[in-house]
Amino acid sequence: MVRLPYTTALTTLFSYGLLFAFGQLRDFFRKFVDWFKAKNVKGYAPICLGLEDFYVRRLYLRIQDCFGRPIASAPDSWFDVVERISNDNNKTLQRTSHTTRCLNLGSYNYLGFAAADEYCTPRAIESLKKYSASTCSVRVDGGTTKLHAELEELVARFVGKPAAILFGMGYVTNSAIIPCLIGKGGLIISDSLNHNSIVNGARGSGATVRVFQHNSPAHLEEVLREQIAGGQPRTHRPWKKIIVIVEGIYSMEGELCKLPEIIAVCKKYKAYTYLDEAHSIGAVGQSGRGVCELLGVDPADVDIMMGTFTKSFGSCGGYIAASKDIIQHLKHTCPAHLYATSMSPPAVQQVISAIKVILGEDGSNRGAQKLAHIRENSNFFRSELKKMGFEVLGDNDSPVMPIMLYNPAKIPAFSRECLRQKVAVVTVAFPATPLLLARARICISASHTREDLVTALDVISRVGDLVGIKYFPAEPPKIAEVGHNKLE
Amino acid sequence: MDMALPVVNATSAVLARVSAAFNAPLARAVVFGVHIDGHLVVEGLLIAVIVFQLTRKSYKPPKKPLTEKEIDELCDDWKPEPLCPPIKEGARIDTPMLESAAGPHTIVDGKEVVNFASANYLGLIGNEKIIDSCVGSLEKYGVGSCGPRGFYGTIDVHLDCEAKIAKFLGTPDSILYSYGISTIFSVIPAFCKKGDIIVADEGVHWAVQNGLHLSRSTVVYFKHNDMASLASTLEKLTRGNKRAEKIRRYIVVESIYQNSGQIAPLDEIVRLKEKYRFRVILEESHSFGVLGKSGRGLAEHYGVPIEKIDIITAGMGNALATDGGFCTGSVRVVDHQRLSSSGYVFSASLPPYLASAAISAVNYLEENPSILSNLRSNIALLHKELSDTPGLEISSHALSPIVFLKLKKSAGSPTADLDLLETIAERVLKEDSVFIVTSKKSNLDRCKLPIGIRLFVSAGHTESDISTLSKSLKRVSASVLSDYF
Repeated sequence: MVRLPYTTALTTLFSYGLLFAFGQLRDFFRKFVDWFKAKNVKGYAPICLGLEDFYVRRLYLRIQDCFGRPIASAPDSWFDVVERISNDNNKTLQRTSHTTRCLNLGSYNYLGFAAADEYCTPRAIESLKKYSASTCSVRVDGGTTKLHAELEELVARFVGKPAAILFGMGYVTNSAIIPCLIGKGGLIISDSLNHNSIVNGARGSGATVRVFQHNSPAHLEEVLREQIAGGQPRTHRPWKKIIVIVEGIYSMEGELCKLPEIIAVCKKYKAYTYLDEAHSIGAVGQSGRGVCELLGVDPADVDIMMGTFTKSFGSCGGYIAASKDIIQHLKHTCPAHLYATSMSPPAVQQVISAIKVILGEDGSNRGAQKLAHIRENSNFFRSELKKMGFEVLGDNDSPVMPIMLYNPAKIPAFSRECLRQKVAVVTVAFPATPLLLARARICISASHTREDLVTALDVISRVGDLVGIKYFPAEPPKIAEVGHNKLE
Repeated sequence: MDMALPVVNATSAVLARVSAAFNAPLARAVVFGVHIDGHLVVEGLLIAVIVFQLTRKSYKPPKKPLTEKEIDELCDDWKPEPLCPPIKEGARIDTPMLESAAGPHTIVDGKEVVNFASANYLGLIGNEKIIDSCVGSLEKYGVGSCGPRGFYGTIDVHLDCEAKIAKFLGTPDSILYSYGISTIFSVIPAFCKKGDIIVADEGVHWAVQNGLHLSRSTVVYFKHNDMASLASTLEKLTRGNKRAEKIRRYIVVESIYQNSGQIAPLDEIVRLKEKYRFRVILEESHSFGVLGKSGRGLAEHYGVPIEKIDIITAGMGNALATDGGFCTGSVRVVDHQRLSSSGYVFSASLPPYLASAAISAVNYLEENPSILSNLRSNIALLHKELSDTPGLEISSHALSPIVFLKLKKSAGSPTADLDLLETIAERVLKEDSVFIVTSKKSNLDRCKLPIGIRLFVSAGHTESDISTLSKSLKRVSASVLSDYF
């Protein structure tokens, strides 16, 4: 968990207060200027009233160039970032034709399948020529091809469950599945830092939603006991069913979920478990099978496992793996299966090839190499950052590492300075994180070489000194090294 | 009486002694020069008693929280329902498997069939130019984009695609989404919040219903494609309602309804919208690239200037033969979505090869407007040939590329209807190698429109395909529905 030192909290609050005051002052003057020009069409209420988009107008627009940077090549370990210029003080940005080659520390490319791959891309092109870019039809009508059936079987085998079902987008998977499994009269208990798609799915289902403290099995047990004993609100009838939703790796914290303890608690109280492995499938575990393998949990103990293909497999779409009965039920009722265009065939082929590479079924050991690379890279990078004195979150073995920035002024400073030194990082602020806890998030890939990582560490260390984010004391350099230098 | 006397005597004796005690000189103490009479002591005692009572907590039956043992028992006793209900007997679960591209002719389960089940309206599946641009994209960018739009997932083809679509439609700007149905259910909650009023058609499809539910606004439905019902609903909502002027109001309609094939009369809707001051959200998934002289959609078809429609959304998985969706409107509308639309901000961006497929498809449509006239003549031919099918009638609009056939006389219940229609579809596939589908409903869908057989007409179909279909359909429906004339 993040420990916020007092002085940092005070300075951060002061910065936000100053920005807020200036924003209000400018709004005040804007009201005068607008009074003379009638902007709104008469009779229609404005799309955004007063304070609803205050954050966007007055705070976000100042640092708009740190977000949404376009790229002009594949999101591999080195890529071309397009430069943008602004003629009106960052309110709008225009593309130029100039690009900079930068080191990519921001894309979700955990196993390095993002660019054209020697095994995957020829097969994807073949399937494109055979099945064309889209089936123009929903899965139940004319949208199921042999590729879809093959991938569903392969995913089920990879994850360790009896059956699986595919969807064309990871976000829609969560939003459309949860209403099929639970409705009014049921209870959803979800982790406090769950992703927006899970929150939307839970709201869309009509069930009651309760939140438990992030990654705390003790608090989960407390909430379960209280809810089962109390029953539905006001009528106190017993709940129809209870589903507990957790994620494998939390993308803003880089932490692994405490899966064995949570499963034990859920089994004791007969609640169903739903595991969202968007970031962890393919990236952690001895053979890439996700947090279940890493933490030693039997996949049969988790009722429903969900994952996406965007991060580790370099494609798009999502899947759900569960027992045969549940998958049959979903195939009959899930709206995303019955109403949405089926997944594009080349994307399906890309996932099939990627999984075959990971399992070693393509005849080489590239998969095992990639998995070993990403583990080594993540652990090396994290330990070096910690030695330099940065405040880094997350557990060992997790390829996501957030570096705390806190102060709103440090966000654009860090981002722009790193870009000037040819390293592209991702900075995250409110509302994706709590207001005071802004951070820079690094995603390590298997395609980063050791030299890339050393370059990145160099740049980050220099920029960190300039910006002042080394909140912990750095480890002193080893005495042996000093002696070695002296000898030379 | 005997008992009373001694009691009375005792009481009076006590009273006499008490009053003597109070009036005794001892009671007349002098404290700080103030005389204290006996009655003052009584009053003092009474005040002490009152204060004592006030400081006691008021009487409530004591709340006994459940003990740990009781909670344990309740938890042991509780039995949850199974996660999914058991599968109904006889439910049809096998979907036909395609073994080649879903063009006008395709291979299903090993046999070559005529395909009327793919929404490939312009016949762009298998188009050489589009496939070439996709191959170029795949080799340059790989398959996925590996990130959301805000974090290095914006590739230059996305920006080119957005500019191309905006130029094609004549609007200032547009925004790309990575999946067709997620477009509308992210756009509606981005603009409509709690307290707003939405008037929607009752035949909208599930994605729109989900968006309306997530927006938490007040939703009022009007009768399917009935302008009189719309007018009266708008009148009822705004008459005498002073507060209505300060809240945002929207009308949500689809251009071609997926559930019935009807076309929304846009000129009438725009007239009503301007009269009652509502904003229009138009869902154009099935009419983009189909209606209008050059395929620009419903606005061109009715001759309505595009600026009058506030928000247009469409999925690109139909006429453009690619995947994803877009939303277009004024600059304010599009910019607002870049930070507050959940399907845009929290999801990975569209794979770049699909964006380049969209650009090539729009280019092809601009250069070859003749495919639109092919499509229109195919639809007209199909209507003519199927007008005398025994037991089935065409209930969709004459210009809609989704031709909707429903039963002339219902078999009694929706499940029996679905059974009959599925039997027809299966026999047509098995005996005559024509692939058609029925409209399927999820149990989460609240639309109550009747189900039927949906035929998706494409510009790539030939006249012989259409005559094969009509002959087969007439024959099979004559035999299956012989009891129901």
